[in-house]
Amino acid sequence: MLETGVTVRDPGPDDAVLGMLPRRVALPESVEEVAEVLRACARDDLAVVPVGGGTKLHWGPPPERFDVLLDLCCLNRVVEHAAGDLVVRAQAGVTMGALAGALAAEGQELALDAPFPDATVGGTLATAVAGPRAFRYGTARDLLIGVTVVLADGTVARSGGKVVKNVAGYDLGKLFTGSHGTLGVIAEAAFRLHPLPADRRWIVAVADPPGMAERGPCRVRELAATLAASQAEPSAVELDWPHGQGPIWMSVLVEGAAAAQRAEALAALMGDALRSVRAEPPPQWGAIVRDEVLAEVRFRPSRLTGVLDAVHYSGFSLRGSAVSGRMWLELWDDPGEDKTVTALRGLRERLTALGARMTVLATPYEGVDRWGEVSSLPLMRRVKEQFDPGRRMSPGRFAGGL
Amino acid sequence: MLDELTAALAGILPADSVITDPVRLRTYECDGLTYHRATPGVVVLPETAEQVAAVVRLCREAGVPFVARGSGTGLSGGALPREDGVLIVTSKMRRILEIDLPDRRAVVEPGVTNLAITEAVRDQGYYYAPDPSSQQICSIGGNVAENSGGAHCLKYGFTVNHVEACEIVTPDGDLVTLDRMDPGYDLLGAFVGSEGTLGIATKITVRLSRAPEAVTTVLAAFESIERGGEAVSAIIGAGIVPAAIEMMDALAIEAAEAAVACDYPRGAGAVLIVELDGPAQEVERQFAQLREICSGAFELRVAAGAEERAAIWKGRKSAFAAVGRISPAYIVQDGVVPRTALPRVLAEIDRLSAEHGIRVANVFHAGDGNLHPLVLFDDAEPGAGERAETVSGAILDLCIAHGGSITGEHGVGVDKAKHMPRMFSPDDLDTMQLVRCAFDPAGLSNPGKVFPTPRLCGEVPGVRKGAHPLVESGKAEQF
Repeated sequence: MLETGVTVRDPGPDDAVLGMLPRRVALPESVEEVAEVLRACARDDLAVVPVGGGTKLHWGPPPERFDVLLDLCCLNRVVEHAAGDLVVRAQAGVTMGALAGALAAEGQELALDAPFPDATVGGTLATAVAGPRAFRYGTARDLLIGVTVVLADGTVARSGGKVVKNVAGYDLGKLFTGSHGTLGVIAEAAFRLHPLPADRRWIVAVADPPGMAERGPCRVRELAATLAASQAEPSAVELDWPHGQGPIWMSVLVEGAAAAQRAEALAALMGDALRSVRAEPPPQWGAIVRDEVLAEVRFRPSRLTGVLDAVHYSGFSLRGSAVSGRMWLELWDDPGEDKTVTALRGLRERLTALGARMTVLATPYEGVDRWGEVSSLPLMRRVKEQFDPGRRMSPGRFAGGL
Repeated sequence: MLDELTAALAGILPADSVITDPVRLRTYECDGLTYHRATPGVVVLPETAEQVAAVVRLCREAGVPFVARGSGTGLSGGALPREDGVLIVTSKMRRILEIDLPDRRAVVEPGVTNLAITEAVRDQGYYYAPDPSSQQICSIGGNVAENSGGAHCLKYGFTVNHVEACEIVTPDGDLVTLDRMDPGYDLLGAFVGSEGTLGIATKITVRLSRAPEAVTTVLAAFESIERGGEAVSAIIGAGIVPAAIEMMDALAIEAAEAAVACDYPRGAGAVLIVELDGPAQEVERQFAQLREICSGAFELRVAAGAEERAAIWKGRKSAFAAVGRISPAYIVQDGVVPRTALPRVLAEIDRLSAEHGIRVANVFHAGDGNLHPLVLFDDAEPGAGERAETVSGAILDLCIAHGGSITGEHGVGVDKAKHMPRMFSPDDLDTMQLVRCAFDPAGLSNPGKVFPTPRLCGEVPGVRKGAHPLVESGKAEQF
């Protein structure tokens, strides 16, 4: 099988996706080779799972069937960095860390925080992960200006381009952002860049959790709202609440000219919260610490207190942006399947009642409802049917069995 | 067929919401791109999302195409009606449904004007960031369809970056909400900018931005476009991202002067308008850098307050209409090149202009390489219109040749559909068509826009495998 000119090898234990091993691993070195592999897979009806750095390969349910792991590690060139245009084009297998290094050499950055530095451009887009600075810069889809994708039948298609301002045609890049490998393979992407900030400061503060009535009501939401509305323009306001109990850590990032003075101005707004201003990020800034069981919560920032109440004593650690309403729920001590399933069910009920949305990104347990209700699922299903009618691309790895 | 449908529409809509009078129909025959005209078969003015959905369902059942229209200010003919179809005008849907400052969002109906959102929250220190120059009248529904930009999108992005959710009526007539919070395919991102071909937005949740603490607007006059261009490169090179960088050449300045007496420095070969905004301390530092960068300017004006800022912007904002003062007719072009290619592209536009004897005034968003050449001609002169068209088309070719785009903010519409195959390969276009087929398999939602003669849904490129089922069943025709 997979008789092409492309390098293939037999799978090893590291190539398993949630315990399932592929029959072959393909290692394309160009976009054309990706197309060649997918054409061969189409010919023989082989199911394909694309992978970049493999940092999130265990996210999502296992594939329905799995023949070929398409490893994009060798598709790892920064194709073009047009510094004067603040634009970069990179192949999907370039790691976010390597990309950051190349851009920093020219005093620029892709203002997209990847929770894992070994994650690739392609994987970051396919999972649509966001980090602290999404509050200021938006998420992957906001910074993506062009994309080259390879469809299940081997068709190579581009949309967008390498200019920031462009409204010609449909934006396939947005469609593929968050597609979890189920529409095709992201082979190359172009992003708008930002100049590296002249300076950075973090304010680290500690606040009381909810329910400490004797010490006054929970001020976290109020603090976050004050910071979000401040004209000193923080780039991020992150919370870190280990195990959903005890004090809540709040970290505020200020970037750009006069960052130190602006940070002092913001710190003054924070009243009596214990705090310090520092030039280095706090530990595990923007990172995902544990992701054996991982959920993402999206909510309106005004509902933060409700979210904290829901998470309190749930056993989950809560980390993420208080101002964009996007946080990770991480389970650091897994109490086993039954308790985890029950805890997640309870969390979803309470969060849904707040108008929030919880998506379970990773779990080893089949009994977990990962996605909850997705109102646009019927339309997504129709998109999937158009792009991958043979159901060969990461089949079953997204909501509704897509 | 349209008569039956019209009767059905009258049955579900208020009496004054169905227009069939030929004189009134003609007021809808074009949008801001006036040289494409078609009298709509029937015009409806629904008042609710449910009515829009009911209209679309009737269209679908009858196999009649429909086109959505907001304020009709679009510049690519995206709202050009169909003579054999229904024009759905959202002008009666102009309620602001909710303003939620703690969550920085507003929920509005599609007919609400862009500026009305800002006006509703300005006193509280917020605004809606995208600011197309037609913002006083253009509708937010139209902005969503076109993914509108504006002078300040260099720093703040486009409509798509500021829309949190859309309730849409799909071409099947279903009401569906596309939300940024949803996991999976970013359908909201694909919908914004789809120019009415994937459905109609009936309720839009926009993000509100906090007003910046400080705004500094500077006008710098240079002897030549080249010197102005060098300043732009130096600004970007210094790591400054201004809210806006706009440039006008001598001919555009002359026009603006004639129209609104903007009093720009005399003898300028180019003026640059740079707006810095953000925290006061940051703006202060960047302004000091900017002053140094613009040391080659022969005049530098700094707006001391809102009034002077408006005076600086006056010439730029009036530029499109102003060329009417120096030319009987003109074409507004919209193309994009990588910013660093601007000097070469402008030189080539000069050459084209000389070669064809057609004057071109250049107004552009210099920060992001978005050109708006105004191609001037005398429509009374035989052949001048054709020559202007040639120059205008050649400018788009230049944009493509330099790795840019045929449209930065005006959209493809009916005007540039024919240019799409020059920018995209058949495979690119066929792949985009898959999205269309997922949303609108019958091809009834704003057909004929964006894509040149698309293949039918389900049709395999190159190999026709019998008739499309929709053609066989009479629900669609091949065109």
